[in-house]
Amino acid sequence: MLDIKNLHVELEDGAKPILKGLDLSVGAGQVHAIMGPNGSGKSTLSYVLAGRDGYKVTEGSAHLDDIDLLALEPEERAAAGVFLAFQYPVEIPGVGNMTFLRTALNAQRKARGEEEVSAADFLKLVRQKAQSLKIDADMLKRPINVGFSGGEKKRNEILQMAVLEPRMCILDETDSGLDVDAMRLVSEGVNALRDAGRAFLVITHYQRLLDHITPDVVHIMANGRIIRTGGPELARDVEANGYADILAEAQ
Amino acid sequence: MNRPNLRLQATTTRLEGMTLPSGGTWARAARTSARERVEEMGLPVRRDEYWRFTDPQSLVVPEPLPAAPIVDDDGVAFPDVDALRLVFVDGRFDSEASDSLDLAGVSIERLADAASRDIHWAQSLFGVLEGEGQKPVARPLATMNTAFAEEGLVIHVTEAVARPVHLIYRHVDDRADAMLHHLVKVEAGASLTLLETGPAAARFNSVMEVDVAEGASLHHVRTQGRDHQRRTVTHIFARLASKADFRSFTLTFNGVLTRNEIVVTLGGEEAVAHVAGAAVGDGDFHHDDTVFVTHAAEGCESRQVFKKVVRNGAVGVFQGKILVRPGAQRTDGYQLSQALLLDEESQFLAKPELEIYADDVKCSHGSTAGAIDETALFYLRSRGVPERDAKDLLTLAFLRESLEEIADDRLASDLSKRLEGWLARRR
Repeated sequence: MLDIKNLHVELEDGAKPILKGLDLSVGAGQVHAIMGPNGSGKSTLSYVLAGRDGYKVTEGSAHLDDIDLLALEPEERAAAGVFLAFQYPVEIPGVGNMTFLRTALNAQRKARGEEEVSAADFLKLVRQKAQSLKIDADMLKRPINVGFSGGEKKRNEILQMAVLEPRMCILDETDSGLDVDAMRLVSEGVNALRDAGRAFLVITHYQRLLDHITPDVVHIMANGRIIRTGGPELARDVEANGYADILAEAQ
Repeated sequence: MNRPNLRLQATTTRLEGMTLPSGGTWARAARTSARERVEEMGLPVRRDEYWRFTDPQSLVVPEPLPAAPIVDDDGVAFPDVDALRLVFVDGRFDSEASDSLDLAGVSIERLADAASRDIHWAQSLFGVLEGEGQKPVARPLATMNTAFAEEGLVIHVTEAVARPVHLIYRHVDDRADAMLHHLVKVEAGASLTLLETGPAAARFNSVMEVDVAEGASLHHVRTQGRDHQRRTVTHIFARLASKADFRSFTLTFNGVLTRNEIVVTLGGEEAVAHVAGAAVGDGDFHHDDTVFVTHAAEGCESRQVFKKVVRNGAVGVFQGKILVRPGAQRTDGYQLSQALLLDEESQFLAKPELEIYADDVKCSHGSTAGAIDETALFYLRSRGVPERDAKDLLTLAFLRESLEEIADDRLASDLSKRLEGWLARRR
């Protein structure tokens, strides 16, 4: 589903290379985890896939099925099925959560040539999804993420994902700042979305998230590339022994 | 060095062709005195400190520059609000188009009628608050209005009035030069919602003197019309007694030049004044909010919340001052002025000031100018919201804080829809 080939990326201002020839292929129905030390380029990868400004792709490609993601605007990528759950979800005073999410859903549907969802149907949909994530419906009347706790913000990301039903879900350190209970809720939300037609890329520092969301494949990323790929046991190995051995071996 | 006296020249040229409107004893006296005051202080010129950011010339010259009226495809604001509708066309009261002046709890007269009497309560207000508002800064365009405005309404509120009074200003003649002078006196415990909408004229000079007695309230909301070339200067002078409540909100779309001055004196304990505004301008647009709030009694609260969105070279100006007089303890003063600059050609010029002569005071002010938040923009787009829609959402979000100052949700949501319409048309 997601095919990244020899991806080279640098910062737009300063030409500092961050991704240095990254290859990654995630099949439909699979969950891939990416782990790696700080500064290895994990978050950059997620931003580049979602289309954030400030990065320059100097070489390589990224496709979602046969769609060239790098040629699209962020909103076009979203309509094509890419979703990034942010490490730091943004607070936007003055824009209501519900207004935002309905605007987003209908914009995506419109872009795909589908009918817009009525206000009543939308409300029903969100209520139902919010309930399973234990999100208080009143919270959604508030401006986007304003006054939300760290855990609430992350759950709100998963709620958006559940409502928008993307094909390619990228989770950037969704576990950071979560307590045990919030982690379980978030994981259950993700697991409920696992489906043969959907793929996940889970970026994390810690193995503990992967206890809840069992990956099919685990990649270790360092210095802008994938340096090791394996099964879930690779994550446990990192948790027990750190990155040092793997890094040393890769050099 | 022999510099020509520009101020004297401008003042003489303007006043030359003007005659005082006819009226009874009190009105004649007030207007004559106003004329003398204008001659003495002179009309504003560009080099005046108070007009540093805004060129007053087009407001001062004898002939107004033409402004084509536009047909407002939105219609008049607040269509769903059941109000007493009073219509002015190019600054002239149109009784045919207006509702009758009868409304329970309030007496409404035309200024011309009130001025023709020899004795009228209006004499205790007409030109009085305007006169007091000349210190410490001169506002001669308001004084000129006191001297020469023939039209306006004299509104005396004696009870809690359920229906709002809606002043509708239509602009027809592209050279219409209008002056209106309104008086609003709200008696103790009484209340009124006063709406004003429309561009009024090619050039419009408006003064409103507002006296809010103990425990009374006046809620004022206005929109200034969308005519692109109009030029407007408005002054509101408000005096608040103990526990009085005054709210004023102004929405401005376009207009080549707008200068809105608000002068509020919190004269009785625990009075509350909130003045706010949202202005959106594109291109040849200059919008100036000049506010002067004086805390002259203990325990009063004032808020100023002014937001501007400018693009394509438009200019926003804010001059706002909070003066806390000696003895005005437990003052709570707040002032916020912010501009959203949608491109690098647009400008925001701000001069926020606090002057405090009491020690138990809570006063804060903030003034910022900035572009759309790129992180927020990316967040919205990453969820599928197209860039333009996302920018509109963020622009409305930026303005929302000022709209929240409007106590009545119906009025606020009507204005919010108008803003959405404006943004959609400007794409």
